[in-house]
Amino acid sequence: MNGIRIEERLMQMKRVATAAVLPVAALAYSPSGFAQDGHPDWPSPVHDNTVLTKVMVDRLERRDASPEDFTYWEAQAWVGGDINKLWLKTEGARLNGKTEDAELEAYYSRAVAAFWDFQVGARHDFSIEDTPARNWLGIGFKGLAPYRFEVDATLYAGTKGRSAARLKAEYDLLLTQRLVLMPEAEFNLYGKADPERGLGSGLTDSAVTLRVRYEFAREFAPYVGVTWENKYGGTADQARAAGAPTHDTQYVVGVRAWW
Amino acid sequence: MKIRRNGSARSESINPSRRRFVQGLAAGGALAGFGFLERPVWALNSPAERQVLSGTEFDLVIGETPVNFTGKMGVATTVNGQVPAPELRWREGDTVTLRVTNRLKHSTSIHWHGIILPNNMDGVPGLSYAGIAPGETFTYRFQVNQSGTYWYHSHSGFQEQTGHYGPLVIEPRTRDPFTYDRDYVVMLSDWTDASPEFVFSRLKKMDGYYNYVQPTVGDFMRDADKHGMGQAWDRRMMWDRMRMSPRDLADISGATYTYLMNGATPSGNWSGVFRRGEKVRLRFINGSAMSFFDVRIPGMKMTVVAADGVNVHPVPVDEFRIGVAETYDVIVEPSEERAYTIFAQSVDRSGYARGTLAPRQGMEGEVPPLDPVPTLTMADMGMMHDMEGMDMGGGDHAGHDMGGAPAAGAMPGMDHDGHDMGATSNAAPAPASMSGMDHSGHDMGAMNGTSSKSAMAGSSMNGSAMAAGNMSGAAQSGHDMGGMNMSGSGSMSSSGAGGGMMEVKHHPATEYGPGTAMHVSMVSTRLDDPGVGLRNNGRRVLTYADLKSLDGWLDPREPGRTIELHLTGNMERYMWSFDGVKFSDAEPIKLNYGERVRIVLVNDTMMDHPIHLHGLWSEIESPDGGFQARKHTVVVKPGHAVSYRVLADARGRWAYHCHLLYHMKAGMFREVHVV
Repeated sequence: MNGIRIEERLMQMKRVATAAVLPVAALAYSPSGFAQDGHPDWPSPVHDNTVLTKVMVDRLERRDASPEDFTYWEAQAWVGGDINKLWLKTEGARLNGKTEDAELEAYYSRAVAAFWDFQVGARHDFSIEDTPARNWLGIGFKGLAPYRFEVDATLYAGTKGRSAARLKAEYDLLLTQRLVLMPEAEFNLYGKADPERGLGSGLTDSAVTLRVRYEFAREFAPYVGVTWENKYGGTADQARAAGAPTHDTQYVVGVRAWW
Repeated sequence: MKIRRNGSARSESINPSRRRFVQGLAAGGALAGFGFLERPVWALNSPAERQVLSGTEFDLVIGETPVNFTGKMGVATTVNGQVPAPELRWREGDTVTLRVTNRLKHSTSIHWHGIILPNNMDGVPGLSYAGIAPGETFTYRFQVNQSGTYWYHSHSGFQEQTGHYGPLVIEPRTRDPFTYDRDYVVMLSDWTDASPEFVFSRLKKMDGYYNYVQPTVGDFMRDADKHGMGQAWDRRMMWDRMRMSPRDLADISGATYTYLMNGATPSGNWSGVFRRGEKVRLRFINGSAMSFFDVRIPGMKMTVVAADGVNVHPVPVDEFRIGVAETYDVIVEPSEERAYTIFAQSVDRSGYARGTLAPRQGMEGEVPPLDPVPTLTMADMGMMHDMEGMDMGGGDHAGHDMGGAPAAGAMPGMDHDGHDMGATSNAAPAPASMSGMDHSGHDMGAMNGTSSKSAMAGSSMNGSAMAAGNMSGAAQSGHDMGGMNMSGSGSMSSSGAGGGMMEVKHHPATEYGPGTAMHVSMVSTRLDDPGVGLRNNGRRVLTYADLKSLDGWLDPREPGRTIELHLTGNMERYMWSFDGVKFSDAEPIKLNYGERVRIVLVNDTMMDHPIHLHGLWSEIESPDGGFQARKHTVVVKPGHAVSYRVLADARGRWAYHCHLLYHMKAGMFREVHVV
């Protein structure tokens, strides 16, 4: 870490909020090829190992759902350099002031190709009331696929031989420089049924959403949209048994922000 | 929200606050020492009031100064309280002494851009010295062995962005081979109220953060109207498939930048006076952090007499593109008793710097509208390249990739751009001659005939000698196409007088990592391409092919070896490098003292990169290996390769980097160690 100016380090330390991410910061400072040539007190001519933090509230939206409206969130954050990052992801829903569903994921993320990050980490599905918690190891790729689809594909391995997969893809279609149509599709698959969480095996559910956001600023964009949710197979059976719908069309209104 | 942003000037109406933002305050600039709201030196309209320091002893103080260019108070890094820094006038042969005092809270430096001097006077912290610590005074002393127009700037952090740059003029010992009655520096720069750290973080966090000219559905519909749905669709799909944007023209735009001329905003209108019939020398210096400008003076021919401080055979032009850190000296002869506008539009047409030449102070000429936003073509991308893990080399794709050349929102004549790397002759900007070239050779015709996917089938672009050959034929007669093939080890053979297409067969293994989004397979070695947005615009545009330095090689020896470097980057991640390796991961480039080397730069990105080698001249070769021009900063266009010779006649550790400040900061920087 020679040659990194103290103030720059302090600034970075400030950004690096928790001890958990320090290894990532250290990774970003891979030993440099810069030889000091007998001037150990000289700084590096270019400090090109910038560590940054990005917090993204991708969705914070109210959904007009049946039987009841609820609030849905999806947020992510990363800290790190160009190659190595620590990612956090969370999503969930709140209904009548109570958290209905929540999960948290943490990944080590490594840029492995121009448009792709390889991610390995863990996911925790929280226990809510009588729904048991689940823990998963996750491995996947996140990046920009050809044709500019933003893709997040993850395979999960859980306890007791459980397995799961999740695929998300979205696209930004610029109607104008600020008005953006963003179609999104999400699919969830489970290796075996998990009745305690209302899941069958195979394709359990999908959501296709069309949102239109307006970027007042790059960082702040309210949106409206509509989402079509479907449950399949055993998952649908269980929903029916519980008197819940197996497909639902929901209007959404929300905001996207990052900093 | 620190940044006020708005859509492109073209696609959205300009509201009053936007207008003030783009055009700036009439009386904007540095405020310290004058009291707030009083006009700073550079905003004063009389050039006589500019601070010009001349002689052999100089005292310069680096400090922070409140400024107001946009209606919002900011803090600039200044030299003697000014943005730009005071103009320094030296005399060739003199030994100059410059005492530079740092009144900042952090380290600073001054690099004398383009000046040949001892390594420890070069002013690059970490290579020449430790930098100038707060409160310290560093004394530079060296002999001046050249003349012309140069500049100086900080080499510490982002200080160049925040105002630490100034003009440097060296009077020759013997007279210049041209005459003039008046002499003005015209320094162009870009100002943002946002902190450079903030700007850099936005670029890292979001691709296209400052780009408000991205292709929209409206652009698509216009393209479909013009060229048919099939073509428009193919083109859109082609760019999307590559995850690239044909509007990736400038990383930072007028969305945050206010462009300055001699520190004056467009509404501040820097002015120089002339008397009719006089010859006026204008010393253009691009002291921007990130902005290329297309400069013209409507109604007046400019005769280019020097580039990067070195006199060239005079070239009369209507317009020139000035890359970051380049300088051009032009002579103009205003023949009418009226105001002439010096118009410098940014390459992405998101704004402009503007000033006036007039018989009297206070006059204003007509300000021309911004040109249409240019659109990049496949030619600008090296015709074809394989994208990360994608099979793009298939003949199936090649056909319409080639055909994809005409671009959305095309300018008149844009249809020709797909191959005008091979075909454009700057000397003949007339569309008629272009179309003549288009059809000389049926393979060219096929390439132009967009929807004909089969035209190129079976000929992967990597091996499209056919295309190259025909394009060469169309472009100029009689070069040896075989000579254009670049050998894997990277020697660029001569390729005929005008240059042509060069096949890039080999990319360094280090280019196949996350930092490199694109690899060209065909590049143009031509120097006479005016560049995107300037082709066939009806104006005579300067190109490197026009620049012929008055003197010849510094050393007549043939280079003993060739160093090929690829300019690499990934806009999505905002990573920039040479050969896919950023500075902190790279070993220095070693040159042996006294050796003559050839450097070949191959641009594997979609952007222009102004590459600056400290301490040693870069002598650009014409495509046939002859002497072209001696420069300190060499712009490599997308889809191009440029070759230049370097004489390693100065020992030490020299900086070698892209002069786009944020590219440098991202690691597009190497040490060149002459031992």
